[in-house]
Amino acid sequence: MKISISKIIIFSFVIFSLFIFWKGLKLDNNYDTKSLIGKRISNFQLIEIDNDSLYISEEDLKKNRHTLINFFASWCAPCRAEHKYLLNLSNKNKEIQIIGINFKDKKNNAMKFLEELGNPYNFVGKDPEGKISILFGIYGIPESILVDSNLTVIKKIVGPIDQIQFDQILQMVQ
Amino acid sequence: MLSSIGISLVVLVLILSFLNIYTASLDLKTSSQSINKSVYKLSLFQTTFTVLSFFTLIIGFINSDFSLINVYENSHTTKPFFYKIAGTWGNHEGSLLLWINILVIFSYLFLVFSQAHNKKYRLYTLIFQNILILGFLFFLLLNSNPFNSIYPVPLEGLGLNPILQDPALAIHPPLLYVGFVGCSIYFSAAMASLLSSYGGKSFAQSIKNWVKISWSFQTLGIIVGSIWAYYELGWGGFWFWDPVENASLLPWFAITALMHSLIVLEKRNTLYAWVIILCLSTFILSVTGTFLVRSGILNSVHTFASDPSRGIYILFFLSLMIFSALTIFFLKYKKENYNFNLKSRETFILANNWFMAFFLATVLIGMLYPIFLDVLTNVKISVGPPFFNIVIIPLVVPFMFLMAIGPKFGWVKSQNKFFYKTLFLILGAVAINLFIFYFFGKYSFLTNLVFIAAIFLILHSFLDIKKFINNKFKTELPRIISHLGFALLVFFIGINHQFSLEEDFNLKVGEIKKTNKYQINFEDIKIKESKNYKAVIGNFKLINLKNNLVQYLNPEIRIYSNPETLTYEAAIKTKINSDLYLTMSNVSRSDYYNIKFQNKPFMIWIWISSLMIALGGFTRLTLKKNED
Repeated sequence: MKISISKIIIFSFVIFSLFIFWKGLKLDNNYDTKSLIGKRISNFQLIEIDNDSLYISEEDLKKNRHTLINFFASWCAPCRAEHKYLLNLSNKNKEIQIIGINFKDKKNNAMKFLEELGNPYNFVGKDPEGKISILFGIYGIPESILVDSNLTVIKKIVGPIDQIQFDQILQMVQ
Repeated sequence: MLSSIGISLVVLVLILSFLNIYTASLDLKTSSQSINKSVYKLSLFQTTFTVLSFFTLIIGFINSDFSLINVYENSHTTKPFFYKIAGTWGNHEGSLLLWINILVIFSYLFLVFSQAHNKKYRLYTLIFQNILILGFLFFLLLNSNPFNSIYPVPLEGLGLNPILQDPALAIHPPLLYVGFVGCSIYFSAAMASLLSSYGGKSFAQSIKNWVKISWSFQTLGIIVGSIWAYYELGWGGFWFWDPVENASLLPWFAITALMHSLIVLEKRNTLYAWVIILCLSTFILSVTGTFLVRSGILNSVHTFASDPSRGIYILFFLSLMIFSALTIFFLKYKKENYNFNLKSRETFILANNWFMAFFLATVLIGMLYPIFLDVLTNVKISVGPPFFNIVIIPLVVPFMFLMAIGPKFGWVKSQNKFFYKTLFLILGAVAINLFIFYFFGKYSFLTNLVFIAAIFLILHSFLDIKKFINNKFKTELPRIISHLGFALLVFFIGINHQFSLEEDFNLKVGEIKKTNKYQINFEDIKIKESKNYKAVIGNFKLINLKNNLVQYLNPEIRIYSNPETLTYEAAIKTKINSDLYLTMSNVSRSDYYNIKFQNKPFMIWIWISSLMIALGGFTRLTLKKNED
């Protein structure tokens, strides 16, 4: 076989792809959200929904004793159901900061949603494409994660927050 | 008991495959013109035992013999008989056995039906096919044995995933497997053709029918899967650009290109190297798709199969296939001179191939790029419908024009006599599109172009049908059916996409929801016990506000006990001009149900037109030799 550039390119492309496949086998791509508890969240930056120049990152969360990160959208019906608990949390407890991440939503609808139901959040970050939420291990909304000042996830709530969850959160942060 | 029978049969097939390779290699050296009888016998035995091993597994499933781990994990005594059988291939191990069955059966049939061809070429094909068979047999025995036994024998099985308990899904895997695994035979044939220097026209004739068979079954299999997704997954969509769907499209693009360029090889004896590349890549892409899905690298609906240890084996085997294919190809490849006239049918067929290559590349990149990025940079992205729609849809416009005009050109060189007719048809298409645009609603410029191209191809095909009836066009029927099917498919998808109505809201029993066109009354809820599930059935009264037509829709939430799963069954009312589609799902900890109501125009026509595409392939199979 004569060696030519095109052959070298084809073979190296094939070898490269197969290598990636092999590496890919070891990737953990299960969204097993239970395993998230005890893990630290890192490397994120949230841009404010209404003001692109405002943002927060993990450094800001380290200042809070506890942060509840809540994923919501105006189109999500159960999000409405849990909203009153979020409002309650923000009124009752100064120990906890609540960050909302607006998941795959339109800005106007989200603003209307908060206007109508009240705004429990200390900061609302936008995530129109849902990418940031995926990094947090979210697979559907509403979901919330509670982190401590080390940014370790201490509780994860899949689905809307209800009375039981609400009491548990209060207990955990006190 | 069944376990040892099954394993003995598989081991017997393994030995026969080795013997097959051995006797075929000996026979290569003899000077006789025909293949030694013992090769036929061995192949026949091999086929018989393979089929028997599959029946053994089916019997295990029918009798709910839980001493087999595979039956225990994927079946249950209360499961309906039909799904017990379908359960055989509804899991990784069983489907691998089906895979091997098809490899072996095709190997034997090719041997029997290729007697007009060169002996050396046929023997090499048999040898390569048996190497493939061996590879998958080892995989089955070492890693994914459906006959592994379990002791003590469990009293009850774990059950088959309820969303797989569906008639469409029961036939979907066998159809796809005939399509995808069927490609193996011309992978082997292509390797054999290179080694035995048996190329050109005769090579094309020897694999022609196999390509048609696997193409038709692939097409049908993909359609059935998509119909299943439409009524079972409850999103109202039928194509999601899901990784697994993409994995099935890759070989389909390659094989569609192959089916077209094979005609050029047969008629004009050129494009040999390109045909070989397509033969090789079709099966390589099939195995790549299987690898990506089964190893769990890609997550999707087909998660039943993910397991990295399988991945390593398939990857190893895939690498062997690719490297041997590339090496043999480069060793034997001779440069060809292409000498095509621009205005000839072969040029247009080549254009088809370019388009197919483009579609293939797009889907391949969309599928692999996230994996590459994840491995190299640890960044997770998802490439979804927007990417595919943006890249693929604009190209569909010129593609359809060429699909109409291309077949009008004769071989070698022809005069362009139909310029005015084409112009006339384009004007007709523009007029029809304007009519739709004006009376039914506005849409984007690109959508206009897509509609015009689709209507143009439809009109063109109607003229062809007229010619066919006048008996001038006898051999072209399959092409007309498939091309018309494709045009109708694009047209109806466009209409469906443009004019679908979708409402998403929450309702309690007794409540009423009004939309522009419909009023929906949530009347009541019933609980029904079935053999293997309990169903919550909603009763919705749907009043069309324009003509006061009343219809009842009954979506279900099914609670399956084995394994414990919830499924949402859509209520679908299909009519000739539109589908009404309603799903309900419970909102946790409340009396409300989330209701998704859709009115989807011309859904049934999407199925009919896509079935037409497949039908074209089957019709071509029935053509006699001289007609094709």
